[in-house]
Amino acid sequence: MSEPLQVIVDPAAAGTPASAPPAAVALLRERHGDGVRALMENRGQFRVLVERGQAAEAIRFLRDDPRLRFTFLVDVTAIDFHPATPRFRVTWVLRSYHTKETLVLQADVPEDDPSVPSMTHLFPGADWLERECFDMFGIRFTGHPDLRRILLPDVFPGHPLRKDYPMAGIMTDQEWAEHIVSRAQREEGHD
Amino acid sequence: MAQGRLATVSWGESEEDGGAVLTTVDSLVNWARKNSLWPLPMGLSCCAIEFMAAATSRFDMARFGAEVARFSPKQADVMIVAGTMTYKMGEAVRRLYDQMAEPKWVIAMGACASTAGMFRTYPVMQGIDHIVPVDFYVPGCPPRPEMLINTLIQLQKKVASERAHKGLRVANLKAEKATA
Repeated sequence: MSEPLQVIVDPAAAGTPASAPPAAVALLRERHGDGVRALMENRGQFRVLVERGQAAEAIRFLRDDPRLRFTFLVDVTAIDFHPATPRFRVTWVLRSYHTKETLVLQADVPEDDPSVPSMTHLFPGADWLERECFDMFGIRFTGHPDLRRILLPDVFPGHPLRKDYPMAGIMTDQEWAEHIVSRAQREEGHD
Repeated sequence: MAQGRLATVSWGESEEDGGAVLTTVDSLVNWARKNSLWPLPMGLSCCAIEFMAAATSRFDMARFGAEVARFSPKQADVMIVAGTMTYKMGEAVRRLYDQMAEPKWVIAMGACASTAGMFRTYPVMQGIDHIVPVDFYVPGCPPRPEMLINTLIQLQKKVASERAHKGLRVANLKAEKATA
């Protein structure tokens, strides 16, 4: 095993008492070595930055290891650091009812290839979480069985939680009205 | 009863002997309509809570014949859009409006339904009048139940002033024949 990772403390939380990283971090590092890139801490909550290619294996390990048993995928989301590179950071929040710990895994994703492996084969509940993340950020979850929009209408242009998305949207109200009225008439069978 | 256009005719010496009430079809039909405006509660966000309050015994929308909230558009007369309408919900709002039988009216309850209120954002339509014709805009965020009841009274006045065949298909056919 390589040197212990240095814990990066968030500037906003500087000066708060440091706490020890959960045992899961050391075990993960033991297993995945350099795939674990960094360890960040904010007021006792830890985030582990992993290579996106190893995210699925890391999450499978955290779920299946009898000492850890992170069996609950709380959330899947992303952060847009536009205009920095790499632009996106996909975030998985895991909870262990066994150790009563919460662990956040993150993976950097570049703008020109915004894809990460889907976790639907590990957690069926990841299905809709990943669809929401795709809807809002345009992250492609490879291996997802049905990756389409979940909250916004199918014809919605773009991904609105990206930092460069115009606040008021791209389509005008007139365009939306035409879409809504024509669709209602088509489905009702009106002339 | 039907205000304005009303005359009574007695057959005998007193009212007990029977008689008739003379009026116009418009007045009679509108009198019936305005006192039984069944709302379709299109509750989209917090304004729906105020709508529910207006229906409770404390504010008692039933005094104006509008307490029978119908969740089937086919049985409703007035759609009360209470809340923030997103583009995605707009598809449902328009479809439900289309399914309502004529004659029908629409109340945009609250700032969001009227103009989207504070939501100048990507999923929110800036006022429901982009997709459905609105009869009354109710200001407030949310409007108090008294405000909604006042709007219903205003709507009653409007209904009473309309032609009874408003929006009916037979009237349209006649008009088409006349212009042909």
